[in-house]
Amino acid sequence: MIVSHEWLKQFVPHTLSAEQIGELLSRHCVTLDGVERLGAELSPFVIAQVVEARRHPNSDHLWVTKVDDGSGTLLEVVCGAPNVVAGHKYPFARSGTVMPGGLTIEKRKIRGETSNGMLCSPRELGLGQEHDGIMALETDARPGTPLLDILPLADTRLDLDVLPNRPDLLSHRGVAREIAAITGVPATPLPRTDLVDIATTYVESSGREHATADGITVRIEDAGSCPAYLAIVIRGVSVGPSPEWLVKRLESIGQRSISNVVDATNYVLHALGQPVHAFDLATLAQSTIVVRPARDGESLITLDGVARALPQGTTVICDGEKPVALAGVMGGKASEVTDLTRDVLLEVAMFDPRFVRRVRRVVGLSTDASYRFERGVDVAALREVAAFGAALIAQLAGGSVGPLLSVGLPAVAGAPISLRVSRLARLLGAVVPVADIRQRLESLGCTVTVSGEVLSVVSPSWRHDLLFEVDLIEEVARLIGFDALPDTLRAGRPGSTADHPLHLAGRRVRDVLVGLGLSETRPMPFTSTGNVHTPRVRNPLAEDEPFLRASLLDTLARRAEYNLSRMQGNIRLFEIGNAFAASTGRLPREELRVAALVMGGRRPIHFTEPQPPSFDEWDAKSIAERLVSAAFPGAELTCEPSSLPVLWLLHVAGYGEVGRVERVALDRPVWSTEAFGVEICLGVLASEDVAPANAHAHASFGGPEASTVGSIRVAPLPVTPAAEFDLALLVPDGVTAGSVEGTLREAGGELLERVVLFDVFRGSGVAAGTRSLAWRLTFRHPERTLRDKEIEGRRAHLLDILDKELGIRPRAT
Amino acid sequence: MQLSEYLQLADALASDTRALLEGLDPVTRLDVVKGQLNALIEPRMNALQSELRAIEATDRRVAGTRFNMLKGDVQLLVEHFGERQRAVASIGPLWDPTMPARHGWRGTLHPVTLVIDEICDIFRELGFTVALGPEAETEWYNFGALNFPPDHPAMELHDTLYLGEDTLLRTHTSPVQVRTLQRSAPPIRVLAPGQVYRRDFFDATHAPAFMQVEGLAVDEGVSFADLKATLAEFARRFYGQSRRVRFGPSYFPFVEPGAQMDVEVDLNDGKGLRWVEILGCGMVHPNVLEAAGLDSERFTGWAFGMGPARIAMSRYGINDIRLLYDSDVRFLEQFAR
Repeated sequence: MIVSHEWLKQFVPHTLSAEQIGELLSRHCVTLDGVERLGAELSPFVIAQVVEARRHPNSDHLWVTKVDDGSGTLLEVVCGAPNVVAGHKYPFARSGTVMPGGLTIEKRKIRGETSNGMLCSPRELGLGQEHDGIMALETDARPGTPLLDILPLADTRLDLDVLPNRPDLLSHRGVAREIAAITGVPATPLPRTDLVDIATTYVESSGREHATADGITVRIEDAGSCPAYLAIVIRGVSVGPSPEWLVKRLESIGQRSISNVVDATNYVLHALGQPVHAFDLATLAQSTIVVRPARDGESLITLDGVARALPQGTTVICDGEKPVALAGVMGGKASEVTDLTRDVLLEVAMFDPRFVRRVRRVVGLSTDASYRFERGVDVAALREVAAFGAALIAQLAGGSVGPLLSVGLPAVAGAPISLRVSRLARLLGAVVPVADIRQRLESLGCTVTVSGEVLSVVSPSWRHDLLFEVDLIEEVARLIGFDALPDTLRAGRPGSTADHPLHLAGRRVRDVLVGLGLSETRPMPFTSTGNVHTPRVRNPLAEDEPFLRASLLDTLARRAEYNLSRMQGNIRLFEIGNAFAASTGRLPREELRVAALVMGGRRPIHFTEPQPPSFDEWDAKSIAERLVSAAFPGAELTCEPSSLPVLWLLHVAGYGEVGRVERVALDRPVWSTEAFGVEICLGVLASEDVAPANAHAHASFGGPEASTVGSIRVAPLPVTPAAEFDLALLVPDGVTAGSVEGTLREAGGELLERVVLFDVFRGSGVAAGTRSLAWRLTFRHPERTLRDKEIEGRRAHLLDILDKELGIRPRAT
Repeated sequence: MQLSEYLQLADALASDTRALLEGLDPVTRLDVVKGQLNALIEPRMNALQSELRAIEATDRRVAGTRFNMLKGDVQLLVEHFGERQRAVASIGPLWDPTMPARHGWRGTLHPVTLVIDEICDIFRELGFTVALGPEAETEWYNFGALNFPPDHPAMELHDTLYLGEDTLLRTHTSPVQVRTLQRSAPPIRVLAPGQVYRRDFFDATHAPAFMQVEGLAVDEGVSFADLKATLAEFARRFYGQSRRVRFGPSYFPFVEPGAQMDVEVDLNDGKGLRWVEILGCGMVHPNVLEAAGLDSERFTGWAFGMGPARIAMSRYGINDIRLLYDSDVRFLEQFAR
């Protein structure tokens, strides 16, 4: 919302600078997005006096002048304007000046005569279209004075970020009311005398559904979308250009002047916030206005020249036969005011915000009018606006005003809101005296009745956002100023909630992964792959990525490809994020997961290891085990075989299948190494509605307790020596190392302390379909040294069991 | 020359000599070292020696002693340099102290995570715990329960990605407020970090999915004064104790009064201190408390929401938000600590 600093003065007699107003508004009312000084591009221009003007010797239309620009030396300037007169003052661009159009004025020779600058026309300064001659200045200012000092255009724009709750700020009067409330300077009412004059001349006709006067009829057939419609007629206007002041007003907020009547309607909108529309009365069939829903097949060419089909149910303004305007959005081309217009019908209406929004959406057309109707206009001001608008048109374009036709419900005062002084004090943590509260609310236009500690408040008709007690408390607080209210840390009770267990699990796994040298990433979670069951966005921005991802590893694979395409082959990425799956409920099933992807060197290059090995599946398995123990402390992990690209499925006792380790399929160049990935589900994020039955029980998220306390028991340190031997075994494919190790542990008895697989071999000396696996076994007796014979006995026993139970024999050495 | 002046000159020469020799790389060749001493120290030494004659007779003894000490000091410094040189020579190539250590890869946290952690840590000190909620939400949790009037322009502040008729990707973490209020009894102090979604084009300054951190405090007697004090305390711990903080009006349907907090910060862009909006906040709207089943006469509360990505961008000098998502390892690995 652009507001002119000068225009505001019409509604509140302030003496504040634009910066001061911006500061006051941003502290008490609305965010200020910027302050723009108008005419800043004219700051380099100065006033110069032509001391002497003579004909150019080599031209019959050029002049050679001597110019006093206040610098002390007279400058020779060549000028082509017919109106240059010695002794007069003009705007002057010294050489080096950048013109508003971007051109730089340089010292140069014009037909043999040197020109040190330029005397300027209004058009050259961007001050209008006039280019018949240079701009003569009636001024006492001395040569050299900045041009801006004497031009009346010095104005400043304030750019306000008006949020949807404050449509009353979408006009100069609205912002001025706010400045009045903040500063205590009373706002200036609309010029009453004009209104009274007008009021005595027009006939009035009003009704709930229709009104007729002077051969003109207004009828509302759809009161739901149009609660009130006022039409006022101005007969005998002459449409023409607007006066200077009006052009300037509109330009100050970036609006273009069109004609006096159209400009008047724009002026009313930006001054008072009420959109109004001028119809050429002669174009309205049967001099009739009907507000009704569009019928099937109807269409309208709007002011912007676009033919628009009107969807059924769209509210339209019609004449006696056909649609002439899209209610609250834009008028029709056929009924617009033109140079030929003699009689004007000015529409001042209130349209229901929801209807206007629907029309705007369906038609895809947002205008200054629809923006205001969607947020709500001041229905109590319609009559005043109609009179003001008609008076303005009559003042600008001549003509006589009347009649006024008013259809619909009269504005009624809102219901009073009770405001308890004690409640205000409790909410703000500050005691504000009743008189102060009353004065603040009244400064906003509220009507206040005090009864003990309760204030009965009727909010002004333009404040649709003041509905509850708390709304009034906010008004008092912001007018006092949030910064002026107390800020005290008081004694508080500790909260009743514990950290969400998935948050804690996430922090544990991420610390593990950072420790392992991986980098956390937070990629965009949408994906291009999915099927009919995959949860998807119905209105995606990128049509090629509408799906919510089912796997984080899939996202990481794409990110790895991104890095590979940038010649980065050492990739260690992880992410903690959500994965989605179809569910039988209303919302998709959502899991918090962690995924890691590694490829490239296992370590950075060091001079002791110029070619570090690359990551392989055993690194990935290690990451998986570390993640599982961090995510599910104390729980037991088993890896189950799977089919490629998945290497192993991860099972955790008590949780089931929690994830997988895989060879990640990705598009990779020949110089890169294989990528390995791990993905683990940390838990499900409950998304069903929180049942009322559970309400206000203390936080409980279900699932096993994620506590690390108690999962570690310390073993006594050994006091006796250990005895070791190795077993190299020929293990047929199909028998897992784990089952052999399990047998060894079971058969090894209590004294078997450790079993470590230290060698895997396939090849010469080992039959096909068989591999040689070698374990080192460590035995220890808690109280005494084991004898060699005992050790030998154990070896024989183990080999015996292995042979009997698994058919496994030792490898011949 | 005065004695005091003479002594000062001697002190200065001693410390200059020390600085010269300690600043030299120990592998510098001896003749280079000698050359430097001859050029820089020797002339001043000679000048001091001849200056002795200009000292008052009564002070000459003291000055002479100081001169002799100076000569000794310089000699010691030269000897010490020689020792360093010999030590380096004896180290041999194996323990060359300039050769690199053997490192593993250094893991890193995402810059947005670093900011979220810091926010969470400070609020943890202030008694807040972390709550989580789903990213796919119902319209009721995302809008209805949060006092968004149906069919109101306020909805247009949230360009929403819809999943179904009345299900969507949450546009803010505020649904977690509602779920927490439904699930737990006050006193409540929770923080809800999480990913939120808007229907924004992905460009240098916008992303359709981004992180938000939301905070909520509800209890009997919680007031705007608590909000101001707590959030200002957060700002001082986050940005520095000397930072100024201010509160201005704002609008979010689920708080009333609605406010924004600005902090006077230096964004390291050469423009110096200026007010920057850090977070939106306000007193929880009674309609929100009632929607979650709480008695809004008995309980009051405040809430805030902030965007850690924007903070990370200004803090680390990231000029394109897409860097936060691209996952370029050359970007991520810069956050090693």
